[in-house]
Amino acid sequence: MTEIVSIIANILVILFLLAGAFFIVSAAVGVVRFPDLYTRLHASSKASTLGVSCILVAGFIYLYSAHAIVSGKMLLAILFIMLTNPVSAHMLGRAAHASGIKPFTKNRSDAYADAMKNQRMKSE
Amino acid sequence: MAFQIVVNLIIAVMWTFLSESYTASSFITGYLLGVLLLFLLRRFVPGKFYLKRFISILSLILLFLKELVLSNLEMVKYIYGKKDKAEPGIFSLPLDVKSSWEITLLANFITLTPGTLSVAVSKDSSELFVHAMNIDTVEDEIRAIKDTFEKAIMEVTR
Repeated sequence: MTEIVSIIANILVILFLLAGAFFIVSAAVGVVRFPDLYTRLHASSKASTLGVSCILVAGFIYLYSAHAIVSGKMLLAILFIMLTNPVSAHMLGRAAHASGIKPFTKNRSDAYADAMKNQRMKSE
Repeated sequence: MAFQIVVNLIIAVMWTFLSESYTASSFITGYLLGVLLLFLLRRFVPGKFYLKRFISILSLILLFLKELVLSNLEMVKYIYGKKDKAEPGIFSLPLDVKSSWEITLLANFITLTPGTLSVAVSKDSSELFVHAMNIDTVEDEIRAIKDTFEKAIMEVTR
């Protein structure tokens, strides 16, 4: 019985590790392939969040099944990655827009730039 | 809500005293009994039953995890798909939530959900500027965000 449980745990660990590695590689490929900074931010923020979370979940399951340690650090790390990653992406996007990097669009749909222009016209 | 939690804690402490076993497990038993009592007597206790808020927080977390996985699958589709399929752009999302930490939560949610990334908040914090992978489906996107996330966040905070 315990053998079956440990086999299932090992399979889960393998699946989570593979999924995490796949998402991180996808993030790297996306950063190379996408046309501008904002779309690259999409790739790096989302895929890396889930990728790292998957690997941490795999670590949690492994520590529990092999050493009977309930590793709270892993869960906290997942929580903080999910809290901080979107914030850093937001800050990068805002800083890029403020320093004048234009988003890649075919028909110039950039509501933020329009709003900033309106504001500047109002204040003048 | 604070009143109900205090009542629940008092019931739990009373239970440990009545059963004369001062262990964590009997405290937890007492706490669960207190939850049951508060649930049965919820008509006579002021305020909403406080576990309702707990349940809405849980459902918010589950929604978040589901959207995170979906967004990654969509991202993978974009990454390995044809190059000219995506039509990115920035659109503005009018906000119903008011306080700053609600907006922070919503922005985090938007960033980790399919095809959208929050870029900036307007000065009077009435609009959120969101970068979308596919600007053609913006109307659906805005409706989805309004119906699911803003509603779920308001459920927790109000």
